[in-house]
Parts: sequence; structure tokens; C-alpha cells
Amino acid sequence: MKETRLGEFEEVILLLAGILGEDAYALRIAQEFKEQTGRSASVGSVHATLNRLSNKGFLKSHMGGATPERGGRRKRIYTITALGQRTVEYARELRLSLWNQFPGLATGDLKISTV
Amino acid sequence: MSSKNLIPPKLARRFLRWFLRDDLTEEVEGDLEEQYVSRVREESLLKARLTYWYEVLRYFRPFAIRTLWKFNHTTMIRNHLKISWRTLLKNKGYSSINIGGLSLGMAVALLLGLWVYDELTFNRHFENYHRIVQVMQNQTFNGKVETWWSQAKEIAPALRANYPDDFEYVCMASWNWDHKLTFGDRSIKMKGNYMEPQVTEMLSLNMLQGARDALDDPYSIILSSSTAKAVFGTEDPMNKVIRLDDEVDVIVTGIYEDLPFNSSFASLKLIIPWGLYVTTQNLQQRTSWGNSWFQCLAQVADHADIRVVSEKIRDVKLNAVAQSENSADDARFNPVIFLFPMSSWHLRSEFTNGRSTGGRIQYVWLFGVVGIFVLLLACINFMNLSTARSEKRSMEVGIRKVMGSPRMQLVNQFFSESFMVALFAFLLALLLVLLAISGFNTLADKQISIPWMAPAFWLVSLGFVLFTGLLAGSYPAVFLSSFLPIKVLKGGKKAGRAASRPRQVLVVFQFTVSVVLIVGTIVVFQQINHARNRPIGYNNNGLISSPIQSDLIRDHFDAFRQELLNTGVVENVAASESPITSINITNSGFYWQGKDPDMSEEFWTSSITHEFGETIGWEIEKGRDFSTKFTTDTAGFIINQTAAEYMGLSDPVGEVVRWGNNGEWTIIGVVDDLITRSPYEPVQQMIFFLRSKRNAFNVYRNVLVKLRQDVPLQDALVKVGDVFNKYDPENPFEYSFADDDYAQKFANEMRLGKMAFIFAGLAILISCLGLFGLIAYVAERRTKEIGIRKVLGASIISVWQMLSRDFVLLVTISSVLAIPLAYLIMSNWLENFPYRTTLSWWIFVASIAGAVLLTLLTVSFQVIKAARVNPVTTLRSE
Repeated sequence: MKETRLGEFEEVILLLAGILGEDAYALRIAQEFKEQTGRSASVGSVHATLNRLSNKGFLKSHMGGATPERGGRRKRIYTITALGQRTVEYARELRLSLWNQFPGLATGDLKISTV
Repeated sequence: MSSKNLIPPKLARRFLRWFLRDDLTEEVEGDLEEQYVSRVREESLLKARLTYWYEVLRYFRPFAIRTLWKFNHTTMIRNHLKISWRTLLKNKGYSSINIGGLSLGMAVALLLGLWVYDELTFNRHFENYHRIVQVMQNQTFNGKVETWWSQAKEIAPALRANYPDDFEYVCMASWNWDHKLTFGDRSIKMKGNYMEPQVTEMLSLNMLQGARDALDDPYSIILSSSTAKAVFGTEDPMNKVIRLDDEVDVIVTGIYEDLPFNSSFASLKLIIPWGLYVTTQNLQQRTSWGNSWFQCLAQVADHADIRVVSEKIRDVKLNAVAQSENSADDARFNPVIFLFPMSSWHLRSEFTNGRSTGGRIQYVWLFGVVGIFVLLLACINFMNLSTARSEKRSMEVGIRKVMGSPRMQLVNQFFSESFMVALFAFLLALLLVLLAISGFNTLADKQISIPWMAPAFWLVSLGFVLFTGLLAGSYPAVFLSSFLPIKVLKGGKKAGRAASRPRQVLVVFQFTVSVVLIVGTIVVFQQINHARNRPIGYNNNGLISSPIQSDLIRDHFDAFRQELLNTGVVENVAASESPITSINITNSGFYWQGKDPDMSEEFWTSSITHEFGETIGWEIEKGRDFSTKFTTDTAGFIINQTAAEYMGLSDPVGEVVRWGNNGEWTIIGVVDDLITRSPYEPVQQMIFFLRSKRNAFNVYRNVLVKLRQDVPLQDALVKVGDVFNKYDPENPFEYSFADDDYAQKFANEMRLGKMAFIFAGLAILISCLGLFGLIAYVAERRTKEIGIRKVLGASIISVWQMLSRDFVLLVTISSVLAIPLAYLIMSNWLENFPYRTTLSWWIFVASIAGAVLLTLLTVSFQVIKAARVNPVTTLRSE
């Protein structure tokens, strides 16, 4: 039985792969990660995570289109699998249920600052 | 922006490709390049490049690293090793010949390598190695330049006074001889020198006790730690008083660490101040420039060039002698002083006509070359056996190639096999060396040990293994891996005659070297025998020689002699100035009728007692021996034949010779030439005389006792010893047999001969091993042919002839090549000996016959085995 829980980084990557759809390859995900979170991650580390998620069955991949700036090389496009989908949903539900029990939110005192 | 900038850093990309999994290459390179391009466009080139490097390095993580790179190579190597191991096990006989031969060769090379290293590092231990010199002199006697290591005691002050800037230290010293040390009731003899105090600095002695100024006190002595132990045991030796040579009391003021065995001062076990020698022996009055009785060591100044200084001081003695009143005579020998650097003492100590002409260095070269050749012979075995067996392995090569093995992999396979063999052989060789080293040390008179702890040794050994593996494996690797699979697999590659040509050349080479070594060994032994069988001119059988250490013996010699005769075990007794086997005193200042006034003559002389001639059994050729009947004999000379010729006297008996201030002497007899010095040198001109008041300085120092042959040796020695002890209770009875002393003169050559014999034997053994392997293979390959021939009526003899012919031919060719080579080398070697054997033809014939016979023996064993097999068994299959 493979590990089904997700780490924070893994969860974000998985989500990003879902968001980017046909554009979800390692470099693009890494760039999106930086844009969305403000943290930088090397392509290598993202790739490693993608690889790990694929092994767990949350992602599947195929070779996609080549562009000239890549020197005519194809990219590996990752798409989220049903299992992956379920896993993020489960993670979200778990989190929501936790938030609902959180005292601040229940009393409406919680201040959510938006940037 | 140029398109060149769009190419990412090449090195980074190469690194990426080196470690990255192949299936990831496309996407990863694509991603990184895409990123790089956008960085170049949006930011700077430098930043883009740095990022690229950063990203590449971040990819160096487990999931991305190729597994092939990580594991497959070791798998391949493991496979190579496994196959090599199996090949070795499968052919046990062949492997043992290979490894055995190679390890023998390596052991020889290792031993000789250690020996050469030991020779080349002789004296290197000294800190001032490059600046220490021996002050030497060339003198011309009768047109011949003689080189002396000795000096008069005046040389050191002269050098110090005239050339103060060129020398750091100048140091007079006596020669190295036995000194008796007495402490309490213990007395012991140790070799040592009188030396000037600064010698401690010059030789950078490691003072274990006391300081380097320990010799400043004129009545001091410093001991090596081994001497101190022998004299004092566990007692503290410092400041103890010991009696030196029964003459004078000295105080121990220092202990130094023993000097290493491979140095010129290995037997410097004690040092006494030079000044003490001068006072006790009254040298100031007794000697002057004319008495070169001592040695002079020096250390040139830091900045000085030895050659320049040597040239500068050449006339120091000539000038001094010309000015002095009583030594002006010495100027006619034209003394030239020169410096001989420490680096040359050991290896280049031979002089001809005043120039250093080599010496031991020749042997260093010789044995170095022999070592390399023996190793080469062993490598050739490996090459020959591997290529000869190629046919058997050609199938393997073919299949491997068909299965997709690239040529490099095959090359690797064969190299790993040869490295494996080389490694096994090396381990075995180490074991052999370990077993042989003590024997070798005795043989070579060395103290060599395997330097287990020296990294350099292991580095060299590793290089050695690699070199041997490479040398031995190169030919098979290149040759075997070049087979075309289609040809080998179609029907087995049948090698033609041409294919065995390189093999034959190598065999010829092996046997050429072997035959040269055989000839060399025979010549060395023949030369030794030649010198040994040289008529020595007297009978040294049962003759013992003992140094006179007590005046009692000297003063009461007749009584002493009578007592010895009374024991009944002694035939005769005599005394002389020098021992019979080393008459080393020379004198000049002789004048006779008809002497060429320009002749600067020199004679070897010894005073003897009346009975001397009778005791040693010399042959009087003309005139008569000394006799007690003639009192005038105290002014008589007996000269040897060479001296008669040297003096140009056809009828010397009755001629009168004036000897400097010592009056006139009459030649009463001429004696056959006696060999009293080197058996390889021509006999020198000699004069014998009695000792009387007119030549009281010619003191008797040696007793010769002729033992009776019919008395058991042990009894005789005990009885003789008793008489000695009665007259000289202080010292134990010391003696040596004259024939042993004489044999000692051959020790060096015997040693060389034995070494040559052993190494030649090993070389031949290795060559024969190779031949044995080859013939085994040939016989195996031709079993079917032999079977068919036998079926058709061939006899064992004819099969034997057929198979042996090729090999005998090869060995004959080798012999033909070897003879001129051996002749050149050995006649060159014999040049070193004035008294030498001739290179007669039988040596060469015997060597060739020996080589051919050995070949036949080696070959026949296998051939006859193959020829005797019943053809049914060989032809049945297929």
C-alpha cells in the first residue's frame, strides 16, 4: 500500500498540475508555484515531486508538444488521475472540517487579510 | 542577441547528461533550456547561466540519477572478474604456469629493484651528503698515475690555511681498524677511527648522550650506542674511564646513534680525537708530507662547487713539498690533490690513470638490466600462452561479439584477466621475496628489508602490477578482440604459419637472453677459477697467521718459536712485517747499478725472519734463502722475479742496492713470484729483508705458523693457542688460515657469480616454463594429426622429431644471436681484470648445447606423452 497522504508541497504541486491542465510540465509548474506562493522551487525539486506523485498514482503523464525555445524537445505533461482528484478533495474536506471547528471562525472573529 | 547565447553552458549540460537517466534527458533538457532562454531574454546572460548551473545541480537527486551508471559498470567488472576467475580455474595447468612464471619474474625484479635502490641510496643518509668529499691524490710513479685515498697529516692544515673560504670542515682521520676497549675486567674489540673533533658536525652524528663538541677534550672517546652497550651493558657509559688499546685512558664523553649499514661509515663504532693519535704515536716527529698514511675528509662550503674547489687545490701538496726541506723528494711524483665527492665513493671507486672509471655502478646497471629482462621474459610467457590459446577462445570472442559486445568490452575482458593474473603473481612474488630475502641478504652482503610502511613502495608496486598487466595483456587484448565473428564462428579460425610468427620472435628473444645469461655465468665462474688456480708461489696449506699484539712475543721471538715447535704440532714458525696475503707497505729511495736516473721507483717490502721462506715454502730461483750461518744476511735482500725484471738486472744476485739513509744492501737471492695482493692483478715488485738495528722501524707484526698435517686441527690449534696465551695473556688468541684469507679475495666475485648464477637459472626456468606451456598447447592442438600420422604408420620417434624440430630451430637461432652479444659483453667485463681467462669456444658450444638440450627435455616430456596416446582415443570422437 503506497502512502496516500499528501505533504504541503505535494498538495500544492498536485493542485497546480490540475490548474494548469495541458500546460502542466515541470518548468511551468515551478514557475506557477513561484507566482502563486512567492516561494521559489528548483525545477529539479518540482520534477522529483511530480515523479513521486506519479509513482503514488496521483498523476499520470505523457509526452507533449515541442517548442523551439526548448530546442525542439518535447515536454512531459502531467494530468491528475481520479485517485489524485479524490485525494486532494479528501485533503480539502479534512481541512474544511477542521476549520469549521476552529473557534475563531465559528464566532466570526477571524480576520482574513487579503493582500 | 546572438544565437550563441541561447546555448546553455556546455559543461553543465555535459555534467547533466553524465548523471541523468536517459529517459529523462529530453524533458529535463527541454525544461532547463526553455528556462535558460527566457532568463537570457528577461534578465542577463550571466544570471541565466548561473541559474542553469543551479538547476542542473538541483537535478542531482536520486530519482534522476541513472541507474545504469550506478550499477551496470560494476556489474560488468564483476562479470569480467568472474569470467577471468573461471578461465583461470578451467585451465589449471596453464594458469599455474602463467602465474608461477610471472611471480618468479616479479620476485626477481623486486629483489633486484630493492638491491639497486639500496645501492643507489648508499650514504644518502648523511645530511651533508652533497658536500662531503674525500681529499685524494694522484701521483705519477714511473710514468704510471696512481690514485691514493690516503694523505699526509699536513694536508688538513694546508687546506685550512690556504683555502679558508672553500671548506666548511677539513678533518684528518686514521683508517678504520680494531681498537681494544677495556673497562674493568671486560675488554672488547671494536672498529673505529681517530678523527678530528669537527667530524661530529660533518657526519651530523645523532648524539644520544653528550653533545657534538664531545671530542674537544684530547683524552675523550665517543662510542656508538651498540659499542656502549657491548662495553657497559646497562650501565650509564657517560664519563666512565676506559683503557684504549692497553695504552692510554680515555673518558667517554658522548654516545651517538650507530650509522646505517649502507653507508661508508657503517663500521665507525667509536671515535677518538685525532690529537691523541698524534701524541701517542709521536706522529709529529715521525711523519711528514712524505707519509701518506692517513685519510682526509672535508666538507666544502655551502656556496662552493666541488669541481671548482678541486681544481683550485690541485697543487697544494706540490707547492708545500717543494718548499719544505726534508720532503722535496716527493715533488718528483708530481702529486695532484683532488676532491672525490661522497656520492661517488661507493659506486665509482675505481681509478685508472687518475680518473674515476666506475666501479660498482656497473653491477648496479647490470643487475638492474637483468631484473628488467627477467620480468620481460615472464611477461613474454604470458603473451605467448594467451595468443597461442587464442584459437580456443576465438569461439568465445565470436559469440560475445554476436551477442553485441563491443570491442572495448572484449579488450577490457582480456585486460582484467591479465591484471588478475598480474595481481596474483604479485602477491605470490611478495611471498617469494619474503622467503628469499634473508638468503639474498647473505648472498649479497646487504641488510635489505621490504619497506612495508613506505607508501612509495606500494605506489611503485602498484605501478609494477599495472605495468606488467598492461605489458602482458596488451597483445592478447588487441589481438584476440580483433577476430571477426563470422570467420571464427564459421568453422574455427585456423591460424596459419604467419600467425605464430610474433610468438616465435618472442621465444627467440627469451632464449637469446637466456643463452647470454648462461654464457655470462660460465665466464664469471671461469674467471674466478682461473684466478683461484693461479700459482700463488707458496704453500698456504695449514698455514695460520696471527697478529702480534704483545711486545713479549716480539722481544722473545726465538723462545716463543721454540716453545711452539716443542708442542709437536707445529712444523715451522716465522714472523713478518705484513701478513702474507696482504703485503701493503711500499718504499722508495732505492739506487742500484744501471738504474735509470729518471725512474721514480716503488717497491712492496716486508721484513721477515730467517724461517719465513721455509715456513711458507717459497721457491728460491737464484742465489739462496736467508740463513743464520751468514751474519751478513742482515744486510741482504731477497727480491722476487718481477723485481729483478723491474730493476732491469739479468743477474741480480750479488748486486748492491743503496736504500736511502739505511745503507747498502746486497741481493742474495731471487724468489719465485708470490701472490700477496689481488689475485687479479699482476705481481708487484717486492723486496724481503731481515730486521736488525739498521732497519729497526720494520717491526714484526705478524706470526706465521705452519701446522703439521698429521695432527688433528683442533688439537693443534689448542696447543698453539696455549703458547700464544702464555706470551700474550692480555689478548685472546686470534688467528686466520692463510688459505681462507686468500679465498676472501674472491668473495666479491664469488658473490657476483652466485647472483648471476641464480638469476640466470631463474631466467632459464621461466623461459622453459613458457616453452613447456607452448608445447603442451601445440601437442594438444595437433592430437588428431598425430593420431592420423600414427595410423598411417608414423613411429613415436618421427612424431617426436616433427614436433620438436620447430622449437629446436628457434633455440638454435637464439643461440646464434646470443653468441656475439655475449662475447661483447663478457670480453668487456674481463677487461676489468689484468689477470684474466680467455673466452674459449667451448663456453659458447657448451651454452648452446645446454640450451638445446634443455629445450629438448622440456619439449620431449609433452611430445612423448602426446605421441604415445593410442590413436583410437583421439580419432574416435567427431
